[in-house]
Amino acid sequence: MSDRLSRAFTKGRPALVCFITAGDGDTAANLDALVEGGADVIELGMPFTDPMADGPGIQAANLRSLGKGTTTADVLAIAREFRARHADVPLVLMGYANPMVRRGPEWFAEQAAANGVDGVICVDLGPEEDQDLGPALRAKGVAMIRLATPTTDDTRLPAVLDGAGGFLYYVSVAGITGKQQAALGSIEQAVARLKAHTTLPVAVGFGVRTPEQAQAIARVADGVVVGSALVELVGKYGADAPEHLRALTASLADGIHSARKEPA
Amino acid sequence: MTKQPNSYRNQPDERGHFGQFGGRYVAETLMPLVLELEREYRAAKADPAFKAQFDDLLEHYVGRPSPLYFAERLTEELGGAEIWFKREELNHTGAHKINNCIGQILLALRMGKTRIIAETGAGQHGVATATVCARFGLPCVIYMGATDVARQQPNVFRMKLLGAEVIPVESGARTLKDAMNEALRDWVANVHDTFYIIGTAAGPHPYPELVRDFQSVIGTEARAQMLKRTGALPDLLVAAVGGGSNAIGLFHPFLDDPDVAMIGVEAAGHGIESGQHAASLTGGFPGILHGNKTYLLQDEDGQITEAHSISAGLDYPGIGPEHSWLHESGRVKYMPITDDEALEAFQLCCRLEGIIPALESAHALAALPKIARDYGKEQRILVNVSGRGDKDIFTVAEHLGAKL
Repeated sequence: MSDRLSRAFTKGRPALVCFITAGDGDTAANLDALVEGGADVIELGMPFTDPMADGPGIQAANLRSLGKGTTTADVLAIAREFRARHADVPLVLMGYANPMVRRGPEWFAEQAAANGVDGVICVDLGPEEDQDLGPALRAKGVAMIRLATPTTDDTRLPAVLDGAGGFLYYVSVAGITGKQQAALGSIEQAVARLKAHTTLPVAVGFGVRTPEQAQAIARVADGVVVGSALVELVGKYGADAPEHLRALTASLADGIHSARKEPA
Repeated sequence: MTKQPNSYRNQPDERGHFGQFGGRYVAETLMPLVLELEREYRAAKADPAFKAQFDDLLEHYVGRPSPLYFAERLTEELGGAEIWFKREELNHTGAHKINNCIGQILLALRMGKTRIIAETGAGQHGVATATVCARFGLPCVIYMGATDVARQQPNVFRMKLLGAEVIPVESGARTLKDAMNEALRDWVANVHDTFYIIGTAAGPHPYPELVRDFQSVIGTEARAQMLKRTGALPDLLVAAVGGGSNAIGLFHPFLDDPDVAMIGVEAAGHGIESGQHAASLTGGFPGILHGNKTYLLQDEDGQITEAHSISAGLDYPGIGPEHSWLHESGRVKYMPITDDEALEAFQLCCRLEGIIPALESAHALAALPKIARDYGKEQRILVNVSGRGDKDIFTVAEHLGAKL
């Protein structure tokens, strides 16, 4: 398991996980703004033509990025340069299976490791098809970060956790990114249920937009993932996005980092 | 694949793999539902009441068995093997699509689902889905690319008449692939009450298997009909392949008959070399999309490229996983046919046989002039006329420069 990732969740406070899409806007400047604002973990989206699990905000970011001609090599270069600037901030690639497996899982795992990537979240590749990516990533010390959802029941959970690393990403609503937020009570219950099955930190995402929401979730989870709200700022402000990203990230970080006096 | 399997008919394996293809590549939210669907399908398959209801609806609602027809004048024109048609275009709603929709809506009812969604390209699957939803009184939402909505207005209106809500999809190239993305987004947000009726033999396991099974009525009937009418099995089967449900439905019951050759016809659009085509096997590479691993049109980074075909029903950058496996195992040959070749065959079939075929089926027919004379006059080629072409007359008129 990646040291950087485990350290991000053992700072004695909940972690803020920030997502933006690679190749959308000035990604290097945008990533720096997230770190300056207080992001504990960076999720870098690999653009894909068919982002089936994403809502309109992140779909648009994928199209903007691909429209500019972003390639897999560009995404890896963004990761490498980020790692050179931020030696200690964990970086996770998030995306869909096809771009990840196109040149074979070994190639992708090798490249991810060589370019400073700590973990990978693959939306459409679950434990049933782990052979296509999981073994190669684990062999290179890159965490296979799995998703659990409200539909992941207790009988299925062990399969999801088998081979999982980094943190467990709890998708708090059955739906696509950027839409409604789940009721806090249901999140608290779900996190408790997940933590009964795993020692991995549990980060909660989907539909989290405001510092107030983030703070409320941080009281019951190890981390909070924010994506669409950030990605939409990139779409709205273009070259001026960094200052807006920094401001939103800072207010999210304030809320999350002060949510609890003691670590979970 | 170096070793020949004992049977070509026992795929997929218990994990939904056809060789290296197929599988279950879906978001975690959907996975429990996909697993439940598989359990429910196994139970339905073992339930004589399910089969009885399916068969009854196929007979009395769809109008099966569909006829087997000797295309005498086309045979004469081509000067080679006898040409026989499996007349799926005579089914209720005008295509083979209804066979699968009947099966899936019975599964949906069995699972207690109360809302149906589907994607559609040309609108044939949308119409078939709207039809069964009307028949069983379930609300129905059809996702259709905005480009396809514009070019298939008659089918859009049909769906609305049948009580379906048609949602134009504005993302991507606004065609079938994007409609499928949007249907998946709906499904993931409505897993508790919604059943997704996938229109072709693709998607996450068990869809490729169950769609094939429901469509296998085509081949099962055709096999018995050929034996009865001619005393022999056909020498060659020909069917168009988009996702490939009509083709796998015809082929599957014959796969272990070693003397029956098979050709799947892919849409070559403006020609493979033009890059504007929908021939995933001829011009694509294995990859992962829409729940399964299969041949896909994609670039070197795994980005999916846009398909092109004059036939909206073939205008998709992928193909059902069983076809990918049959291709690699060599059991079925796949041949590309261009828009122009399909248009020629479309007209030929109209003039010689008095049958207006769907543009999809016209692709299968267009293979015949290339191969009929490779076979002796005593041999027989069976073509799946998967749908009727009334829906395509506007497209064809436009290409022929006619004004309607």
